[in-house]
Parts: sequence; C-alpha cells; structure tokens
Amino acid sequence: MATNVSKAQTDAPPQRPWFGVVVLAWLIPGGGHFLLKRPGRGALLLGSVALMFLLGLMMRGAMFQPQTGDVLTTIIYCGGFLGDLASGLLYLLTIWLGYAQPDMAGHVHDYGTKFLVAAGLLNVLAMVDAYEIAVKEKD
Amino acid sequence: MPKMNLSHFEAAVLFAFFSSVVLGVITKRTDSERLRYGVRCFVYFVVALIGLGWLMKLGHG
Repeated sequence: MATNVSKAQTDAPPQRPWFGVVVLAWLIPGGGHFLLKRPGRGALLLGSVALMFLLGLMMRGAMFQPQTGDVLTTIIYCGGFLGDLASGLLYLLTIWLGYAQPDMAGHVHDYGTKFLVAAGLLNVLAMVDAYEIAVKEKD
Repeated sequence: MPKMNLSHFEAAVLFAFFSSVVLGVITKRTDSERLRYGVRCFVYFVVALIGLGWLMKLGHG
C-alpha cells in the first residue's frame, strides 16, 4: 500500500509544470522555449530581445527607478521599471555591473530608454507564449 | 561599450524589425504563417512610421 502511494506520488505530474518554464523565460529571453524543445523560436526570441537591450545600452538609454507622485509619474516610472525588470538577467547583470546612465536630453538617449523597456515588454510576450506552450494551450 | 548614434528613422526601423520578429514568432502556429505575419507587421510599422513622419512635417508647416 505504502509502495503504491509513493509510486503514485512520484508518477504524478508536477502541480505547476509551467512555473519553472516561466521563470526561466523571464531570466533568459527564449529560455522557456529552449526548455520546451523549441530551439529555433527560442533563438529568435533570445536574439531579438538581447539585441534590442544591447542597442538600448549602446544608445545610453536610462533605466527607470520606481517613483511615486501624481498618477502620470507613478505610471511612467513604476511601469518603466517593471518593463526594464522584465528583461531578466540582462537587466540584473547591467545593474550589478554598475550601469547608471542619467536621463539626458537627446533623441538617441530617448530611443535607448525606449529600447530597454521594449526589450522587457517583448520578453513578457515570450514568457506568455512559453506559458501557453507549457500548459498545452498552444502547439 | 561603444556609443551608438542613430537617426530617428534608423532607430525606428530597428525597433520595428525586432518587434516584428517577436510578434511573428509568438503569434501564429506554423512557420510560414509566422514569417508572413512578421513581414506584415514590419511593413505596417514602416508605413505608419513614414505616414506619421509626413503628418508631423506637414503639421509643422
């Protein structure tokens, strides 16, 4: 009886098979797809998000810090921070390595800031796609 | 890290390209559909970019 119970426990699928996939997809863009054996799509996602983030850094874009105040300030700065954070290890490594670009005037800096946030937002789309594949809502 | 200087157009086209790749990869179910959707998104981005550019130029007089 005890043997049957332990065998049933070991055979049971994990409660949340998507959790590890989504965490990996956050940390490494395209990582969830690699884990789910979709290397081609994973490579395209990794290349696009990483290049976009790298271009943002080369344009000296600024990273958002969460700030509160009026509604617009809160939305822009907290939303921008979440967008930056969504790039996963790319963002964490950049901060740990001491990147601290002040927000400066100029269209190149502005584009850089938007590239950094957009890279994170595209990674969110990749995470959602990996989740849908993990829960078999998608091929 | 080298500093990069791009024009508005170059930066916007790069943005459109990478966004289109991701939208194509995550949206459709077969590779040919993904390719077509990605190309279509890129074309829409560029058309909107040029259209809005002209609109702003004409608006400024």
